[in-house]
Amino acid sequence: MPGIKDRVAVAGVGATRFTEHYEKDQEDLLVEAVEEACTDAGIERKDIQAIWCGVYYRFTGLSGTTAADALRLYGIPSTRVENYCASGMDAFRNACFAVAAGVYDIVLACGVEKITDQGSHGLPNVLRDSIPPFMPPASAPALFAMAATRTFAERGWTREDLARVAVKNHANGAKHPKAHFRREITMETALEAPMIAWPLGRFDSCAVSDGAAAVIITTPEIAKKMNHKDDYVVVKANGLAVTTASPMHNPGFDYLGFPATRMAAKQAYDEAGITDPARQISLAEVHDCFTITEILNYEDLGFCEPGEGAAFIREGRSAADGNLPVNPSGGLKSFGHPIGATGCRMIGEITRQLQGRAEGVQVKDPELGLAHNLGGPGAVCSVTILGRN
Amino acid sequence: MAGIARWGVSVPVWRLDRGMLARAWDTPALPGERAAASGDQDALTLGVEAALECMRGGDTSQIDAIYFATTTAPYAEKHAAATIAAVLDLHDVMTVDVTGTIRAATTAVRTALDAVRSGGARAALVVAADMRPAEPSTSMEQLFGDAAAAVLITADGPVSVIGEASVAEEFTGPWRRAGDHYVHSFDGKIETESYARAVERAVTAALADAGVSPDAVSRFAAYAPDPRTFATTAKRIGFAQAKDRLFSTIGNTGAAHALVALAGALDETSPGEHVVVAAQGEGADALVLAAGAGVESARQVWTLQRALDDKRVLPSYERYLRFRRLLPVDEENEPPSSTIRTWRDRAQAFALYGVRCNECGTVQFPANRACISCSALDNMTRVRLQRTGTVFTFTLDHLIAGEYLETPVPRAVVDLDGGGRIFVEVTDCEASDVKVGMPVELTFRLMHEGAGFKNYYWKARPRRDV
Repeated sequence: MPGIKDRVAVAGVGATRFTEHYEKDQEDLLVEAVEEACTDAGIERKDIQAIWCGVYYRFTGLSGTTAADALRLYGIPSTRVENYCASGMDAFRNACFAVAAGVYDIVLACGVEKITDQGSHGLPNVLRDSIPPFMPPASAPALFAMAATRTFAERGWTREDLARVAVKNHANGAKHPKAHFRREITMETALEAPMIAWPLGRFDSCAVSDGAAAVIITTPEIAKKMNHKDDYVVVKANGLAVTTASPMHNPGFDYLGFPATRMAAKQAYDEAGITDPARQISLAEVHDCFTITEILNYEDLGFCEPGEGAAFIREGRSAADGNLPVNPSGGLKSFGHPIGATGCRMIGEITRQLQGRAEGVQVKDPELGLAHNLGGPGAVCSVTILGRN
Repeated sequence: MAGIARWGVSVPVWRLDRGMLARAWDTPALPGERAAASGDQDALTLGVEAALECMRGGDTSQIDAIYFATTTAPYAEKHAAATIAAVLDLHDVMTVDVTGTIRAATTAVRTALDAVRSGGARAALVVAADMRPAEPSTSMEQLFGDAAAAVLITADGPVSVIGEASVAEEFTGPWRRAGDHYVHSFDGKIETESYARAVERAVTAALADAGVSPDAVSRFAAYAPDPRTFATTAKRIGFAQAKDRLFSTIGNTGAAHALVALAGALDETSPGEHVVVAAQGEGADALVLAAGAGVESARQVWTLQRALDDKRVLPSYERYLRFRRLLPVDEENEPPSSTIRTWRDRAQAFALYGVRCNECGTVQFPANRACISCSALDNMTRVRLQRTGTVFTFTLDHLIAGEYLETPVPRAVVDLDGGGRIFVEVTDCEASDVKVGMPVELTFRLMHEGAGFKNYYWKARPRRDV
């Protein structure tokens, strides 16, 4: 089994600003992100041979027509990918594997979400057509808040530990031109904000935002003839792991982390040959849908030992100038989380970092970057490792 | 001789201070408090709770009939007794709702006695519950209370029914037409006079049937519209010692009142005592009971007195208004429901069936063909989950409210005693009371009305230590 390592290149990336795009629809956003990615790669839209588009909500778009209609690219394969909040990176995975299979030369992975059309009071509660009677309603923050509560009881972590993540990511996002929120916050601001789902307050939660992101994928051979012939980025690994959507019914679930992340990371580390992620990974864009998620990600991704996640943020090890910068872009905290778009945005962030052109948020001489996209109540996780060619 | 073998009560934890109502409307205050059901309770959920208390530790296998007595059934079409049967995991039973009159409970008891005496039922469970709607600012708002009680009728209950009578009297009061929001009452002495006349006739006839004189009766458990009418009627019949402790503590509990009072009386009755139970409404029913030797051992641990003592006073009138849907809200994002899914999942949702994996022993809920721990396929044993457990983790959700409840809504992962993990809302407490490790018990509640029907499920509440 040859795997994916070094067989696929990122030829170009693009993204809209992530914000409340009241004046634009999902098609406008997709066109903007894809055009930027095509320009970055030095290709035209018509050079795209197949499309995978991450979309979570059915009100954003159903089927492959969501991307095909936006781009007026008809007659080629186009597939909507939905895998909870990891939809975007799963679109990327499908696109990569199609190129690695040798079926296509140039394909598009993209993602979009137009959430604010449904209002901005939390995520729209239109997940399913029917729910079983034994599944009471709960908000997305509530599902992650229960992990925070458990760490408070089990590990002695506090709301201050959570707030440190918000302060760090907002400081990073303040420097990113495409972030939704571009201002720093203080610990006091984070701690005094209204509650969303105790113990998670407003600044522990990512915002409701619109946006689109796009990645042009090709082979390393073809990438050598494109815009980034000298600095194209290669895929070192991709892992995807799916666990239960009902951890709240799983007697073995300890709420101290997400097994899906651990399993996806193991797949990716094995393939990329990473044995000591804390030393070998130069930077990471991780799924900080909530501050507690980022802290648990540190542990699940092997950046620190189990139980040391809060110390990892306290000691500044994940800061922009730390030894393993996490979310130098500002993360979901600063960008918001237009669900289908987030995974592809992360790929774009890591790509630009590895190419040394992450304006405002560039980390020093990165070699390997990790992107981590987590979906559902920690149920679906995709981990991608990118490296310089 | 046919009679009552078991009994149980359910009183909502919340009390409304009548002084608060008086201050809200600048009206005179009646003494004491009234029970106020939470926004996630209705007559059916109160009745389920009373049925479970009545049958706590008991054998339900002899129950062949379930009667549900109320004036406030959740549906105009679709009876509630079958839901009680589903929760009790009883299926080959006759289910009957007796509705439309505040004497529904005593009528149901008489009907159940006939079923048992005729051999049509080995045992019959009678559940009475009410949550009568009172117009804000009226004296009825202060007077009415919400509660439920249940009695198990058997051929040889320790409390024998030795006399019975009913009278019918066409009289309009109190009444509520289909479509009326509130109970109406003719404001005048004729109503109390009608009450007293009907109850006196029925009780006198029942005493004659039993061959018992009024002065041989030690307890009078009766519905009455108000405490004064209760006292004057009891005196007229000759029950000099009759007392009602419900009006000042939980209120006039409508169709449930006579059985709640009866349960409280039986909690304290000694062998050899006579008890009369009566209720009025378009006439009256009366029964004379004789307590036998087993009456004391038939007592449940959750007595009426404990239910009266287990209370929390509502901090505001506004919360009561929200509980009772008296503040109009425009519903949006109704939770998606499916009557078909609810039917398919009925054993899990109502009777709380989970499964135990025969290979790894994990008790799990909801049921699945493959084990959540070891993936073994089709090797499960159905088990009924216990209704007690411990909070493993929780959140206080400000974003998605429970319908008709205050936000934040506590939502918790609960590890049940004996195995199984369940995700439930926490009710009957303040959000700040919820803690990791807190002992809780499950209580049957109205969740929401998604898809236009009543969606019932379990919630957790702080454990009442019994």
